[in-house]
Amino acid sequence: MTQETVATRRFVEGEGLNVELFQRLVFTRRFLEKVDTLYRQGRVRGPAHLGLGQEAIAVGVGSLLRPGDRSIGTYRGHAHALARGASPESMLRELLGREGGICAGKGGSMHITSVEHGYYGSYAIVGAHLTIANGLAWADQIQRNDAVTVCFFGDGTVNIGAFHEAVTLAAVWKLPVVFVCENNQYMEYTPISAMIPTARPAADKAAAYGMTSIVVDGNDLTEVRRVIGAAIEDARCGRGPALVEADTYRLKGHSAADAGKYRPAEEVERWRARDPLLVYREQLIAAELLDDSAADQMWTDARDELNALTEVVLKAPPPDASGAWTDLWSDGSSSWRN
Amino acid sequence: MERREFIVAQLSFRNAVRDALAQEMRRDERVIVLGEDVAIGGVFKTTAGLLDEFGSRRVWDTPICEQAIAGAAMGAAIAGLRPIAEIMFSDFYATCWDQVVNEIAKTRYMTGGQVTIPLVLRGANGFGSLGFGSQHGQACENWVMTVPGLKIVSPATPAEMKGLLAAAIQDPDPVLVFEHKALYGAVEEVPDGDLVIPLGRARTVRPGRDVTLVGLSITVRTCEEAAERLDAQGISAEVIDLRTLVPLDAQAVLESVARTHRLVIAEENPGQLGWGASLSSIVVEEAFGELAGPPVRVSGGNIPYPVASVLEAEVAVTPDRVVRAVQQVLGISAPTATAVPQPAAIN
Ligand SMILES: Cc1ncc(C[n+]2csc(CCOP(=O)(O)OP(=O)(O)O)c2C)c(N)n1
Ligand SMILES: [Mg+2]
Repeated sequence: MTQETVATRRFVEGEGLNVELFQRLVFTRRFLEKVDTLYRQGRVRGPAHLGLGQEAIAVGVGSLLRPGDRSIGTYRGHAHALARGASPESMLRELLGREGGICAGKGGSMHITSVEHGYYGSYAIVGAHLTIANGLAWADQIQRNDAVTVCFFGDGTVNIGAFHEAVTLAAVWKLPVVFVCENNQYMEYTPISAMIPTARPAADKAAAYGMTSIVVDGNDLTEVRRVIGAAIEDARCGRGPALVEADTYRLKGHSAADAGKYRPAEEVERWRARDPLLVYREQLIAAELLDDSAADQMWTDARDELNALTEVVLKAPPPDASGAWTDLWSDGSSSWRN
Repeated sequence: MERREFIVAQLSFRNAVRDALAQEMRRDERVIVLGEDVAIGGVFKTTAGLLDEFGSRRVWDTPICEQAIAGAAMGAAIAGLRPIAEIMFSDFYATCWDQVVNEIAKTRYMTGGQVTIPLVLRGANGFGSLGFGSQHGQACENWVMTVPGLKIVSPATPAEMKGLLAAAIQDPDPVLVFEHKALYGAVEEVPDGDLVIPLGRARTVRPGRDVTLVGLSITVRTCEEAAERLDAQGISAEVIDLRTLVPLDAQAVLESVARTHRLVIAEENPGQLGWGASLSSIVVEEAFGELAGPPVRVSGGNIPYPVASVLEAEVAVTPDRVVRAVQQVLGISAPTATAVPQPAAIN
């Protein structure tokens, strides 16, 4: 079988509508809303950046990746960790500062990581993790592993030097890495349009790296799977990296502390109508794979599950204080001198 | 003036780098090398021959992109390889400081130990009166020493270069190896065969009774030369080569000071928050009762480095300045002699 047909076959496999994916969208949305609520109650340690409205990208890509594939993201990374199978309970424990947190209480909301599920971390220095994604992909290339790395980042990230260095090296070394720019239209509080010299933050730069300009509707899960699925399979087959720009919108503020008042009401309304959960629900209903009552049941189930989980986690004790001194070095210690 | 150890032309400091890389690449096929011009041998010829022996899957030329280099090394290390990235001049760490400090140093900790990052960043470092100037001539070990999570190796001899670099490559944590560019030509007799020198163990270069001189990298030689001159004045100086700043063999210094009761530290970096300040504070806090007087630090000036030889000589850490510092701690210095020559800038 030629590489071409392998890619084509997998691409078709990944295309179909799937009720389970809707359920994942719903659970992810409920999780993020729960974190928002807990933040408002003053229970979340530190800032919390939520990807409300951007879930189709994380869930869609997560559904395309296989065990052994790697993904890596930003401080806005809860959905991306869940999408690889990270435990929501361990994540809540981390967010609420309880024993058994996914990063043992040392990462918090901005650094959710689940290496056992192939999610190599959430990084909070804009642009830095694109360079790390290259290294993950490079190791697979050297060891001839049949694996791909997907790296998520924001529209504002295209302006920092690390972006340019990382995409350049990926292109020069033909790494099996797919860079996914989640263009949620804002870098913190400023519209990205005011901070880029061309119309599109990532897609307009692709040519400079010898890459095809790829734009996808990031609020349409089916499209995410079709377009990014093709890029992933290209990378897997050794055809080199891709830079994908996924159009989307952050339905809430930059972080849970931000009301997002700087956004025109009309703009918010327009994007609300394009909510990725509505879009996918309509597709499933039109295909008669889902009806309203089944969809509503999923919303209720996800809410109940997360409420129960939260109750358990809130009753858990904090981590042992001695944990502050572990995990610096690989021998478990933090000592630097004798 | 050449030192006895360096007159037998067996292994140069430069070739010791290459030998350690080759030794570890033979031992462990996960060891890979990346950097600018490394395939052709590197600007200091420290990677010469590696491409021929190990091929292009293990020796990777990069664009000029220090952030991408450091990040690629980190990602590959997390994914199970053992990358060694060359950062041509340690001054250039400033261009990838984010990757070094915020990602490489912290990610193991902030993920609760989910990742291990066995990588080496290595390259030319130091002043050494070579005319490299302000942007290619700094001694940068102390930049790194402010950041928990990074090990720091700075060898003083060809044998140490080979053995400590090998240990750095074998180490499961991130290690930054500083190769003094003025030492690349130094040669000494090094036994054939594999050599590994454990990190975190200082070397007593020569024993002495009256004062402890602590050096690192090129200043070990400075201290040895000072000790010889002091010998002629009837002063017996013990010389300690720290070899690594993290892990720090503080005990070796504390034990020595417990015998000599006096401490002089020679560091090439600027004195403002140099590694010598950290070492000095450890000795003062933990062995105050042993000290017959305050420790004295001889350091590079608190200025960017100049180029003209007379200006270089003005700020260089020399045996002369170490001798004067010793005379100061022994209370026998001439009133005008100070450890640091520039106006009112002690340390
Ligand atoms: C190097 C760096 N500069 C600034 C910040 C502060 N900051 C955090 S998020 C952010 C906006 C990033 O925008 P974008 O890349 O579009 O991602 P989004 O938050 O929209 O997901 C900024 C400026 C940072 N974390 N790192
Ligand atoms: Mg954005």
